[in-house]
Amino acid sequence: MWGAAEMGVPSQEKILQTLEERHSKDLQARFSAASVAVCGLGGLGSHIAAALARAGVGRLHLIDFDRVDLSNLHRQQYFLPQLGMEKPLALRQTLEQINPYLQIRTDTVRIAPDNLPALLADDGIVCEAFDRAEEKAMLVNGVLETFPKTYLVAASGMAGLYSGNEIRTRKITGHFYLCGDGQHDTADALGLVAPRVMLCAAHQAHTVLRILAGELDP
Amino acid sequence: MVKINGEPVQADGMTLADYLTQAQYDLKRVAVERNGGIVPKARYADLVLSDGDKLEVVSFVGGG
Repeated sequence: MWGAAEMGVPSQEKILQTLEERHSKDLQARFSAASVAVCGLGGLGSHIAAALARAGVGRLHLIDFDRVDLSNLHRQQYFLPQLGMEKPLALRQTLEQINPYLQIRTDTVRIAPDNLPALLADDGIVCEAFDRAEEKAMLVNGVLETFPKTYLVAASGMAGLYSGNEIRTRKITGHFYLCGDGQHDTADALGLVAPRVMLCAAHQAHTVLRILAGELDP
Repeated sequence: MVKINGEPVQADGMTLADYLTQAQYDLKRVAVERNGGIVPKARYADLVLSDGDKLEVVSFVGGG
């Protein structure tokens, strides 16, 4: 898409070495061995996935039923040439421009209680990045009920132009983390603006890296 | 007393479903952990809260 073929792509060893120099070999080994699902690839999920790809998380599972729309570019990590593409495929295309050696699994599907167990069985950490409150609750309940050992990083409350300082990470119980301000719904604020959503997405991606590093406090 | 989201609440003897409804939660938008474990939705109507229970009730809002 951006003429990468002409430049020549660095080898897997070279990219890994660059990451190890940043993170240390031990920490990078943990990131590389991880398998993280991102459920919902909108304002939250597209940014979570990009951050994790940049950190060299070895396996990413991208799940969304939707296609890239012009209105998405207001907040979401997509680009004009990708309009009309299925979001998991568009995002994989983008992430491959960051690190082509990551294993990226895509599912263009709407997650529901009946397909959730099969979809998420192989992911050690699940990020909830949906838009609708009912779907957030559905995913959170489904993951906590079906996979008690899986870490879950969910999000609630990021709308409007309220202070960014209200976005935080809480640990609800052993494997369940919740990011956001916990209160501002899109219905009662001016809607979502990119930076405030990105704050929440960053909290979620950062929480994933902390979990992988063994830092389990919020 | 039952501790709900860190606050003591007089909810002993109520079912979880009754407490949530009385406290005006939307049952389609919540996840509830009791004493460290998730309460399956199917159990809300028959789980009776008792003295010493610690609940975390997360009520999701839209946006993402």
